[in-house]
Amino acid sequence: MRTPAGEYFLQGNEACVEGAITAGVRFFAGYPITPSTEIAEGLSHRLTGKNGVFLQMEDEIACISAVIGASWSGVKSMTATSGPGFSLMQESVGYAAMSETPIVIVNVMRGGPSTGQPTRASQGDVMQTGYGSHGDYQVIAFAPATVQEMFDLTVDCFNYSEKYRVPAFLLSDAEVGHMRGLLTVPEEVKVVDRKEKGLMRQDEAYDVPDELVRPFPTFGKGHKTMITGMTHTDKNKIEPEDSKVHTELVTRLSKKVLKNRRDINKWEMMCPGSRTMVVSYGSAALGAKEVAAKDETVGLLRLKSIWPFPEEVVHEVASKCDRILVCEMNLGMLYWHIRRAALEAGCKKIELLSKIGGDPPTPSDVRHKLRAMGAV
Amino acid sequence: MDIFEFYRKEQWPHVFCPGCGIGTLMNCFYRAFDELGLTLDKTVFVGGIGCSSRVPLYINSDALHTTHGRAIAFATGLKLARPDLKVVVFTGDGDLGAIGGNHFINGCRRNVDMTVICINNNVYGMTGGQASITTPHNFLSTTTPFGSKEYPLDLSEIAVAAGANYVARWTTRHVHELTRSLKAAMQKKGFSFVEVVSQCPTNFGRRNKMADSTAMLEWFKDNSVRREKTRAAALDHVDLNIAGQITIGEFVDRNRECFEELIGVEKHG
Repeated sequence: MRTPAGEYFLQGNEACVEGAITAGVRFFAGYPITPSTEIAEGLSHRLTGKNGVFLQMEDEIACISAVIGASWSGVKSMTATSGPGFSLMQESVGYAAMSETPIVIVNVMRGGPSTGQPTRASQGDVMQTGYGSHGDYQVIAFAPATVQEMFDLTVDCFNYSEKYRVPAFLLSDAEVGHMRGLLTVPEEVKVVDRKEKGLMRQDEAYDVPDELVRPFPTFGKGHKTMITGMTHTDKNKIEPEDSKVHTELVTRLSKKVLKNRRDINKWEMMCPGSRTMVVSYGSAALGAKEVAAKDETVGLLRLKSIWPFPEEVVHEVASKCDRILVCEMNLGMLYWHIRRAALEAGCKKIELLSKIGGDPPTPSDVRHKLRAMGAV
Repeated sequence: MDIFEFYRKEQWPHVFCPGCGIGTLMNCFYRAFDELGLTLDKTVFVGGIGCSSRVPLYINSDALHTTHGRAIAFATGLKLARPDLKVVVFTGDGDLGAIGGNHFINGCRRNVDMTVICINNNVYGMTGGQASITTPHNFLSTTTPFGSKEYPLDLSEIAVAAGANYVARWTTRHVHELTRSLKAAMQKKGFSFVEVVSQCPTNFGRRNKMADSTAMLEWFKDNSVRREKTRAAALDHVDLNIAGQITIGEFVDRNRECFEELIGVEKHG
């Protein structure tokens, strides 16, 4: 059922649909919201009657709930939404993290807060993605900048979500979601399936990465699993009053993501070693990419994954340059993480180019800001 | 099936107070489940948050103890992705009718094959006795010290109006009728809903001059009226349900085509 190899001219959201199909999605629940609706529309065609389930639920809370329920029956499941819908989902994001349910959530970001700018791009949900639900937990989030990455990183979302049993996010935005461009689907796409409890297959796909990730006890196979969002032991006994059980559980949930940061994090580097580096992600990085392509004194670190925060690569870049410019389509969110990491690495000058309102920073915006910093 | 195979012993002791009606319901459910010859390994129990939603924790099968109010939405995803599994949802009045009201209405409308059992104790028991959407008019609770001025919601009538295939309401005093309805509900293809009016002497009865479960069961007995005898009254009973009378009986039994059949997932499972 996967997308045949070849070249396609598609919209970003359509590329996400093909990525999900290729990764093996079998269940989608969605609710109409601009600018992510094309993903639901696409998957309703691709799943209904084709060994999959497409469901339009009554609200976004129901969507994520149904997706978690479907995941426990053993199928790869996802939902797609945007700003307000994403806010509604937060409680169950925490539930998915606590119950270690692999799910994929696509958030095609739009301008907020509240209803804001439904049709315009923003990167305002970055912190909400990492820290939106109550309590301590870690998630995985990728930020695509092109139509091709809408495909590739959707596949990665599924792969890492299945591998580590965590909710994984595709943090796209209205710009990338509605952008049209070339998609090349390769012959071979690496697809990871979750390691089910009781399965003894030795091939790579079923390899649990480390002892922090437990095999998945699929429902309906006689495991008598009890899944809960309450503090529970390894044997799924609820122990909400036991501080030791709680500490062990919540620490492990964070550690399984943080410890595997090197495996998860992805980025693109241009002109490494330049004295001036731009650090950016998603469509906000496209303007800086043009600048870095023409001006060899300016380098670019484009983060393809933002959660867990790519500590190592930011540290490495910051230790070799004099100044860093962070480009974001918000008033400064990932900037504070980058600033902290860069200061620790010894870089003194870290500035922010923030642009909200719906348009990504243009190359001249970037050049103007770099000039003001005395970089070019 | 031996009753000790049915319950998940490692979760004992349970959380329920002395005199709670959930024990009665669980016994009726065990009997219905056993008489139907269903297997635990092919049944998934889903619960939300609250006393009643803890029931799945104590049954020795796959259980999904979810977020507050969303049990039906979780169950919908589970059932559609694995149509061969039987799905039973345990929920309460607050979980189902207040925070989860939207999922309840749309669950009935969508008519996915599942059984929803609502243990209606007219109060938020787990948090210590606050008024719920089914607290009768003028009854006392910790948040309505001068009596509840709102009118209760009739969950079963909503299920009928929203399109459930099977709807029944009994109290914990009507154990035989309740067991029969639980069996009928689990055999029914499509969305089936059984509301069990249950006593919470600790947090509801105590504040309303019914401090033990016997007093509450007496109250159920004196105020229950069969639905067929109250058709006219049922049409206009905003303050009824509990305040004036508890309408009991089978509300509807029909065979609308269920969602799985309509979207064709049954074929490929």
